[in-house]
Amino acid sequence: MATSHAEHHDHHEMSFWEKYIFPLDHKVIGMQYLFTGILMGVLGAYFSYVFRMQLAFPGTEVPLFGLVTSAQYNSLITNHGTIMIFWFAMPILVAAFGNYLIPLMIGADDMVFPRINRLSYQIFFISVLVLIASFLVHNGGFGGAWTAYPPLSAKAEYNLTPWGSILWLVAVVLEFVAFLLGGINFITTLMNSRARGMKMNDIPIVCWMIVLASILFMASAGPLIAGAAMLLFDQTIGTGFFDPARGGDPILWQHLFWFFGHPEVYVVFLPAMGIVAEVITTFSRKKLFAYKVVLFTTFATGILSFFVWAHHQFIAGIDPRLANIFTVTTLLISIPIAEMLFVYIATLYGGAIELTTAMLFALGFLATFLIGGVTGVFLGASGADIYFHDTYFVLAHFHYTFVPIAVIAVFAGLYYWFPKMFGRFMNETLGKIHFWGTMIGFNGIFMPLFFTGAAGDHRRIFDYSNFPELAVSSLQNLRTLATICVVITILFQFVFFWNFFYSMFKGKVCTEKNPWKANTLEWFAASPPPHGNFPVMPEVYRGPYEFSTPGRELDYWPQNEKA
Amino acid sequence: MGHSTPIATTRSVTGMPTGRLAVWWVIGSEIVIFGGLLMCYLMLRLKYPHWALNSSHTNTFAGGVNTFVLLSSSLSIVLAHHYAEKKEELKAVGFIWATIFGGLCFLVIKGIEWTTEIQNGYTITSSLFWSFYYTAAGLHALHVIAGMILMGWISIDVMQKKNMHRVELIGIYWHFVDIVWIFLFPLLYIAK
Amino acid sequence: MIELLSSNGSSFAGDINNLILIITVLSGFWLLVAEAVLFWLIFKFRRVPGVRAQYITGERKEEMKWIHWPHNLILVCDVVIIVFAIRVWYHVKQDLPEAQSTIRVIGQQWAWRYVMPGADNILGTKDDIETVDELHVKVDTVYHFKLESVDVLHDFSVPQFRLKQDAIPGRIVTGWFKPTKTGTFDIQCAEMCGIGHGIMMSKLVVETAEEHDKWVASHTPAGVASN
Repeated sequence: MATSHAEHHDHHEMSFWEKYIFPLDHKVIGMQYLFTGILMGVLGAYFSYVFRMQLAFPGTEVPLFGLVTSAQYNSLITNHGTIMIFWFAMPILVAAFGNYLIPLMIGADDMVFPRINRLSYQIFFISVLVLIASFLVHNGGFGGAWTAYPPLSAKAEYNLTPWGSILWLVAVVLEFVAFLLGGINFITTLMNSRARGMKMNDIPIVCWMIVLASILFMASAGPLIAGAAMLLFDQTIGTGFFDPARGGDPILWQHLFWFFGHPEVYVVFLPAMGIVAEVITTFSRKKLFAYKVVLFTTFATGILSFFVWAHHQFIAGIDPRLANIFTVTTLLISIPIAEMLFVYIATLYGGAIELTTAMLFALGFLATFLIGGVTGVFLGASGADIYFHDTYFVLAHFHYTFVPIAVIAVFAGLYYWFPKMFGRFMNETLGKIHFWGTMIGFNGIFMPLFFTGAAGDHRRIFDYSNFPELAVSSLQNLRTLATICVVITILFQFVFFWNFFYSMFKGKVCTEKNPWKANTLEWFAASPPPHGNFPVMPEVYRGPYEFSTPGRELDYWPQNEKA
Repeated sequence: MGHSTPIATTRSVTGMPTGRLAVWWVIGSEIVIFGGLLMCYLMLRLKYPHWALNSSHTNTFAGGVNTFVLLSSSLSIVLAHHYAEKKEELKAVGFIWATIFGGLCFLVIKGIEWTTEIQNGYTITSSLFWSFYYTAAGLHALHVIAGMILMGWISIDVMQKKNMHRVELIGIYWHFVDIVWIFLFPLLYIAK
Repeated sequence: MIELLSSNGSSFAGDINNLILIITVLSGFWLLVAEAVLFWLIFKFRRVPGVRAQYITGERKEEMKWIHWPHNLILVCDVVIIVFAIRVWYHVKQDLPEAQSTIRVIGQQWAWRYVMPGADNILGTKDDIETVDELHVKVDTVYHFKLESVDVLHDFSVPQFRLKQDAIPGRIVTGWFKPTKTGTFDIQCAEMCGIGHGIMMSKLVVETAEEHDKWVASHTPAGVASN
C-alpha cells in the first residue's frame, strides 16, 4: 500500500532533544552509531600509535603519552583490539550502515520497532561509558588480551587490574545486549517490511549481508554470554568455573569464546562485502555476477563458520585428534569465500569502470582482503600453525582481513552514500589523496610484520630487546618501518576528516536524488531523506542491479520504475 | 511524545505479524544462551560423576512443585490470550495476573529452597556443581522476573483494550521460560 | 624458506618448513592469479566515453565455468594442503617417538623452571637438576617434555625448533623434540600471562654429549654421589 508515512503520524514539531539525542528515526540512530564508532576508532588508533612507538623506540617517551610501562602496554593492546572489533567495526558496519540503509533500501519508512532501536543505542552508549571507566580505575584497564583467557582474566592476583577486568567484561556484555536488540529489528524489518513487489532475489546484497550478519551474531553470541556470566562470577564472587584447582577448566572459556569468535569475523566481513557489492556494480555499470551464487556462498560460509572455531586453539592443549578435524573444516571454508571474491571480480568483466573514490576503496578492499584470506591458509593448516601461532604472522593476517573490512570498505560506503546522507558531495581530489595515503600506509604497516612474525616475533611483547634472536637490527628496522607507516596512515586520515566534516556543511550541494545513477530504492528518496523517507511508498518491479540492460537508452533501470 | 507506529511495523511479507516474528527471534537468541550454559554443565557433569553426590542435596520435591506451578501458569496465560482474542479484557487481565501470581509462587518456593541450601552450606562457591546450579537457576529466575514485569505492564494496556495482541507475545515468551525450566529440572534435580 | 629467517634446530623443523613452502607455492599461485586478473580487468574495462558496459548475469553455463573451474582447482589444492598438514601435525603432536630422556618444564609468572633428570636420566630422583630460565639438553637425543603451569596459561615456544605448546595449570601436557644442532636458542612464552609476559625470556642450550655430561656433573646437587 503506497500510503505515506505522514498519514500514519500525528507529528508535532520535534525538539532538538527528540530529534537528535533521543531519536526514533532510523537514520538519526544510524548516525549516532556512526559518530560514536568513529570516535572509538580514533581512540583505538591512538592506542596503536602509542604501543607501536614503544616497539620502535623502546623505553623512550612517546609524544602525546609518555613512558609506556609493560602493564600499560598490555592494556593498550588489549583495548585496541577490543575497541576496534566491538566499538568500531561492529557499530559502523552493522549498526550504522544497517540502520541507515535497510529501511531506505527496502522501501520502508523506518525500522519495525523504533523505540527498541533507540534503546539498543542507549545500551550501546552505556557500554562505551563503562569501557572508558575501566581505563580510569585503580591500577588501570584490563590487560589480558581481547581474548581474556582465564585464569589470568579471572583472578585479580594474576592480572593486577581488579576493577579494570570487571568493567571491561561488563562493557562487552552490554555491547552484546545492544547488538542482540538491534539485530532483532534488522531481521524482522527485512523479513516483513519490504516494499510491495520486492521478492527475495530483489533485495540488495548489502541488506542481505547485514541481516545475515545479525543472525550469525545472535546464533554465536549465546554461549559466550553464558561464559561471560561465568567469568564475571569467577572475577567477583569467587566461583571456580575456570579454575583447575576447583574442578573448573580454563579451556572451556576458550571454546565458548571462539565458538563466538570465529562467526564474529564473518559478522563484520559480510556487511563489508555488501557495501563493496553496491559500489562496484554502480561504478562498473554492471549487474552483479551470479547474485544467487553470492547468496549461496554466503549461507555456506555462515554455516561452516560454526565448525571451524578450534583452529584458534590448535596449540592450546586440546586433544590433538580434534585438531585434524578442525584443520579440514577450516581449509574447506576458504572455498566459498574464494568463490564469493571471484564472483565479485568477475562482475568487473565487461564493465565501464569509473574510478571514483568510493570505487577505488571498494577495489582496494578486494586487492587487500585477498592477501588476508590467503595468509589465513598458513594458520588453518595445523602443522604450519605450530610455528605461526601467537606470532606477528597471525597479527598481519588478521589486519589484512580486518582493516579492509572495517576501514577500507567503510570508506567506500561513506564516500558512496555521503551525498544521500548529507545532501552534499565530498571532494574527489581530497578523496583520492586519502585513498592512496591510506593504502600505501596500511600495506607499509603490515607487510613487514609478516616477516617479523615468520622470523619468530611473538605477540603481545612490549620490548624485543630481551630476546637475542629477535633483538637484531634487521628485525628492529622492520618494526620501526611499521611504526612509521602507522604515523603516516594516521596523518592521512586527517585529510578524510577535513573532507568529511567540511563537506557536510560546505560541500557542493547535491540537488538530485540519484547522483550516481544507481538502481536501489535509497536513491529515490530526497538527499537527505526526510523523516518517513518517501512521500509515496515505492513499489518494486525488478532486481537491484539492472545496469546496461540491452535495448534501453539509459544504462540503469531503477527498481521502482514501472516497466 | 506522540510517536505512532511506522508503516514498516504494519507490513507482513512473511504473513506473520511483526511482533510475533520478533518474539520468535528473541526466543532463538535466548535458546543459544541457555543452551550454551546447559551444554557446559552437561559436559562437566558427564566428566564428574561425583556431582551426583551434590545434586542429591537439591530439593526434588520443591523442584517438582515449581514445575507444576510453571505449567499451570502457562495454562493461565493461554487462557488470558484466549480472552484477549475475544476482547474480554477483564477476564484477560485476570488470567494475566494469575500468571504473574504463578511466577511469584515460583520465586517464593525458590527463595525458601535456596535459603535452606545456603544455610546448610551449599553456596554458589561451594563446588562447581553448585556454581552451575545457582547460575543456571538464577539466570532462569531473572527471566521469570522480567516476564512478570512485562506482563504487568501489558495488563495495563489490555485493561484499556489496547495492544491486545501483546498477550500472545508475552505468552510465547512465558512458554519458553517454562520450557527452560523443564530442561533445568531433570538436569539439576532428578539426575542423581 | 623459513630457514632464511629462522634456522632449523630440531628434527621436525624441516617438515614444518616444507609444509609452509607447499602452502606458499599453492596459495601464492592463487593470490597472484586473482590479483593479476583483478588489476587486468580494472585496466581493460576502464570507462571509455561512448562504450557501454555488457549485460552479463553470470547465470549462464559459459559464464559460470570461469568460477567453477577455479573453485574446483582450489578444492584440490586444499585437499593437498590438508593431507600434508595432517601428516606434519601427526608427526609432531600425536606420534611421540620413544623418549631417550624426559624433562619437566614449568611456567609461572614470570619465569621458566626446568627439571632435568641428572646423571641417572631418571626424573624424580635426588640427582635431578633444577634451573631457572636455562635448559640444557644433549644434541641428537629424543626428549619428552612434561609441560605444566603453576598459575595462568603460558606457552613453551622455541622458534628455531618450530616448537610451541600451551602450558595449562592443573594439567601436564607431554610433547617431544630432538635437537639437531648445538648452540643456544631463545625460549619464549607465547601466551599472554600478565605484565611480565615480555620478560619471560629463557635459554635452551644444546650441547654435545661430552659437554652435557660435564655440565650435569658440575650442576648435580651437592651431597649426591655422582657415578
